[in-house]
Amino acid sequence: MEKFISHTGTVLPLRRTNVDTDQIIPAVYLKRVTKSGFEDGLFSAWRNDPEFVMNKPEHKGATILVAGADFGTGSSREHAVWALQNYGFKVVLSSRFADIFRGNSQKAGLLTVIIPQEKIEVLWAAVEVNPSLEVSVDLDAKNVRFADEVIGFEIDDYTRWRLMEGLDDIGLTLKNIADVDAFEEKRPSFKPQTLPARS
Amino acid sequence: MGKTLSEKIWADHVVRSAAGEPDLLYIDLHLIHEVTSPQAFDGLRLAGRKVRRPDLTIATEDHNTPTLNIDKPIADPVSKLQIDTLRNNAKEFGIRIHSLGDIDQGIVHVVGPQLGITQPGMTIVCGDSHTSTHGAFGALAFGIGTSQVEHVLATQTLPQSKPKTMAINVDGTLKPGVTSKDIILAIIAQIGTGGGQGYVLEYRGSAIRALSMEARMTICNMSIEAGARAGLIAPDEKTFEYLKSKPHAPQGADWDAAVEYWKTLNSDADARFDHEITLKAENISPFITWGTNPGQGAPLDGKVPNPADIADVEDRGAAERALEYMGLTAGTPFKEIAIDTVFLGSCTNGRIEDLRSAAQILKGQKIAPKLRMLVVPGSARVRLQAEAEGLDKVFLDFGAEWRQAGCSMCLGMNPDQLTAGERSASTSNRNFEGRQGKGGRTHLVSPLVAAATAIRGTLSSPADLN
Ligand code: SF4
Repeated sequence: MEKFISHTGTVLPLRRTNVDTDQIIPAVYLKRVTKSGFEDGLFSAWRNDPEFVMNKPEHKGATILVAGADFGTGSSREHAVWALQNYGFKVVLSSRFADIFRGNSQKAGLLTVIIPQEKIEVLWAAVEVNPSLEVSVDLDAKNVRFADEVIGFEIDDYTRWRLMEGLDDIGLTLKNIADVDAFEEKRPSFKPQTLPARS
Repeated sequence: MGKTLSEKIWADHVVRSAAGEPDLLYIDLHLIHEVTSPQAFDGLRLAGRKVRRPDLTIATEDHNTPTLNIDKPIADPVSKLQIDTLRNNAKEFGIRIHSLGDIDQGIVHVVGPQLGITQPGMTIVCGDSHTSTHGAFGALAFGIGTSQVEHVLATQTLPQSKPKTMAINVDGTLKPGVTSKDIILAIIAQIGTGGGQGYVLEYRGSAIRALSMEARMTICNMSIEAGARAGLIAPDEKTFEYLKSKPHAPQGADWDAAVEYWKTLNSDADARFDHEITLKAENISPFITWGTNPGQGAPLDGKVPNPADIADVEDRGAAERALEYMGLTAGTPFKEIAIDTVFLGSCTNGRIEDLRSAAQILKGQKIAPKLRMLVVPGSARVRLQAEAEGLDKVFLDFGAEWRQAGCSMCLGMNPDQLTAGERSASTSNRNFEGRQGKGGRTHLVSPLVAAATAIRGTLSSPADLN
């Protein structure tokens, strides 16, 4: 997983609340066998509408999603996070996230940042006036910056450290892989192996 | 203070433990199938990682494989894609695989024990909740999600927080016609589908000791239906005897060392469980489910319950909804409920003993009019063994269908499904709405009840045949 220290990009303003994971990535896309390529399914039901904000050329290339409250509710599918990342989003800002979605996103390296709803409104308004507005999300300094605004945010130290080090669960275990090597040295020889195959 | 069995196994597998973090557990065996593994392998590929221990990993195809015409290409495109992906991943990462048509193919939880790679004192995981089956050997075995599958593939370990322990004592002698399936259904009806949440269940007592290894697997298999993380039974002479002839059993000096270790695998006399319950074997009779979760069960001698008699408001509401879905009227004797389809199979009851016990009842009998019966062995080897004993003839003469090995009608993921409104008596483990096909109605039963039901056409036990 990529390290996240700070990121600067443009914004997709998604003026909707309660965006559930079925809307982020509908169930029909779950039959796939990969972790990548889900960008085509992202918000697919809404993308049929040419007026949908994601279809507007001025928001092409946006990497920061700014959504209404209660983003990511519904089923626990990790595909929702993959779809956002596959499309190119690095950060999602909202005033409230569903717990499981937030947990999944932090494990996969998608930064979810909580800022007050009034600041979300300010940001939406600013982007609607100027779609190429540059916004910086700084995990090191724990703030979001655009124009003259500096908005601080909270994140627990452990998650922040993992994101800044680029460590997913596997990466974390691999940091301690010497312990695994040592354990394997002492495993009894009678423990079964699947290879070579006997039948 | 002494340790419980699961605490001993846990302690023997802690690779690393640090305050405030879950323990990092070493995993002795990782079982894989086509449904929950594709993204795990893709994750490895994206990160440029390898499988750490292909020699502790094994794959089989089971969940969405057909049980007819297995020599033809798989018709369903999603199933075909998942199976092709598993085959390619196994090849790319050097993992042993038993594909459709292979003699060691079958349901992942039938294949492990039959190869002898399921042994006492191991940690075993699989991206499937019924991994608890392997607990019958005194192994700590539990189901995991796809990101955990990836974690185990990459590191052969898993961060886990320690479960609580519950002892379930079943003492006494079972009445004739009562099986381990009835024991576990009775336990779940007593403690509820959430009663085991956060616990590892240890089944103990003279009635458990008296069970065969295969019967023990049936009990441990359904631990998950009580919400438990895992279920296990301390190994004994029966366990060792069962393993001795298996292909992957330890050999020579290793066998002796293994048995010596296995003999230490029981809960110490002074061990303390976080919770304990006791059942008398004599009080258990053939059990069935009437509702849409495995806890909604009752003795077959009884009647469909009246929701109005249920004190708990939530349970009452659940019972009302269940009866509506199941198309049942309160007060109907269970034995008057007519069945359309009988399914004998699954990782709960698809082993050779299950087939033998059903065949014994079906021999010389004829299937009830308009009823269909599917007999699906849990593995290709179970199928061959049954054929060597002539059981296939018994089933076919009776009027049942004799299929190839797989999960089949346990879940509506392959072509073997119930149609809407169709009612089954099924030896599988889940009676959830739609589990066996959209709108299908499932009654969970033992193989003996399945057989008697197929003869009479209504829910029945062998005692009703006389
Ligand atoms: S038989 Fe049923 S419960 Fe067992 S592994 Fe297959 S689908 Fe799961």
